[in-house]
Amino acid sequence: MARVPAAEGVFTWPSDEPRLIGSQCGACGIVTFPSQGSCPRCAATEMAERLLARRGRLWAWTTQEFPPPSPPYGGPTGAAFVPYGVGYVELADGVRVEARLTETEGLENGIEMELVLVPFRTDADGNEVVTFAFRPVGGERSRA
Amino acid sequence: MDVAIIGVGLHPFGRFGDRTGIDMGAMAIRSALANAGVAWRDIQFAFAGSYEIDNPDAVVALLGLTGIPFTNVYNGCATAASVLALAADTIRLGEYDLGLAVGMDKHLPGAFSSDPRLYACPSWYGELGHFLTPKFFGMKINKYMHDHGISAKTLARVAAKNYRNGALNPNAFRRKPLSEEEILGSRMLNHPLTQYMFCSPDEGAAAAVLCRADRALRYTDKPIYLRASVVRTRRLGAFEVHSPWLPIEETAGPTVDASRAAFEKAGIGPEDVDVIQLQDTDAGAEVIHLAENGFCRDGDQEALVAGGALEIGGRLPVNTDGGLIANGEPIGASGLRQIHEVVLQLRGHAGDRQVPGEPKVGYTQLYGAPGVAGVSILSV
Repeated sequence: MARVPAAEGVFTWPSDEPRLIGSQCGACGIVTFPSQGSCPRCAATEMAERLLARRGRLWAWTTQEFPPPSPPYGGPTGAAFVPYGVGYVELADGVRVEARLTETEGLENGIEMELVLVPFRTDADGNEVVTFAFRPVGGERSRA
Repeated sequence: MDVAIIGVGLHPFGRFGDRTGIDMGAMAIRSALANAGVAWRDIQFAFAGSYEIDNPDAVVALLGLTGIPFTNVYNGCATAASVLALAADTIRLGEYDLGLAVGMDKHLPGAFSSDPRLYACPSWYGELGHFLTPKFFGMKINKYMHDHGISAKTLARVAAKNYRNGALNPNAFRRKPLSEEEILGSRMLNHPLTQYMFCSPDEGAAAAVLCRADRALRYTDKPIYLRASVVRTRRLGAFEVHSPWLPIEETAGPTVDASRAAFEKAGIGPEDVDVIQLQDTDAGAEVIHLAENGFCRDGDQEALVAGGALEIGGRLPVNTDGGLIANGEPIGASGLRQIHEVVLQLRGHAGDRQVPGEPKVGYTQLYGAPGVAGVSILSV
């Protein structure tokens, strides 16, 4: 079964160590995620792609216990839905990115998280569609 | 140019089968016109808010095609606050004396959904399950509780208060009191928010008749003066809904900005307010908004709620008609329901829900996607 990314241009693919693809403003230096074409702070159009750090600290989180409305949600619904965590991870690039979290328990603000790719759904051709998520580092909690 | 509210009207909130949103809007308008003692032909301009209805101004088909300027407004869950602010500003500009603000909506049950690209978010943001509002509120209160020592019991107490107040409100959707245990024990949706801690989308309409303050006494012996009606959107660094990323440098949210601007315009402070309506999308939002609107410091809410300060008889009565939790949320109408309740309170006509001590100053706050807030301050 082949693996395909859930979206183009959001994380590096294919890669042994995927990175999220953000952008940085050449005029004012702010970093965004995902990559965008103009600056949300200074309105300049000098954004350049920037690969973001693979590790960071959990800044805020919750759990998604019910399937999001479909459309637009493309994942499994009904009995096939599996609750997931969602939160913001603060990266050294100076940005907090919103991401799926691999756990729904044991989450605490401040713990170290690392980027992983996880299965999201199976597409019509039988490919495993993968998306980005953050997982607590080492299974043990390390706090700032 | 000062502005007064001389009439308010409401169509009950809930679910009403085949009755259309526009029908509900017409009923709310008729009620407001009667309350003001004016006729539709006297209205010189109008603004109407709705999410579901493309052209809520089509309500004129049921009232009279008088050719007045009638503009439709949509501004997320802050729509009705924007309708009110625009109507008030139109009078303040000096060209019109008497106008109408109305909001109406009829939503399907369940979480709101849309195309993320319509919110400047990438389409994968929706496909992957991020394009949801309840999740944002879950994250925001979860973090706030962690940072400021608020307990889940406080969330349940706030929700229970609003259900209890809703039971006193014949126009509310949910009129059955729920215990804190039932609320905490209901289905978890987005930790720590359970099902009964959330409002739900529903149906309803509300309207207000506004006029120049110096003419108000022609219509009523107790005009309610609109001392401020302010709308603000988020600045970069605010923690807002539908944000795939946030910068590290934090700024205050649009509610804080709108609140400060409104108090400044009105020339008063939070200590002067007697009756309050806050956006309780969920119980956590009411807790956070209490501080964001300047009524307490972060963390004070734990003791305030435990001590009953937010009850009808308390020092800071909040959502005396049950708020969004008991009334549900028809987006276009919600903020005008807040106005309706505050006006009743200031007139002394709130019956079983009346805040004692002759309240003189009222305050309303709305918040909605993608990060817009509306605040109004009213006084006798």
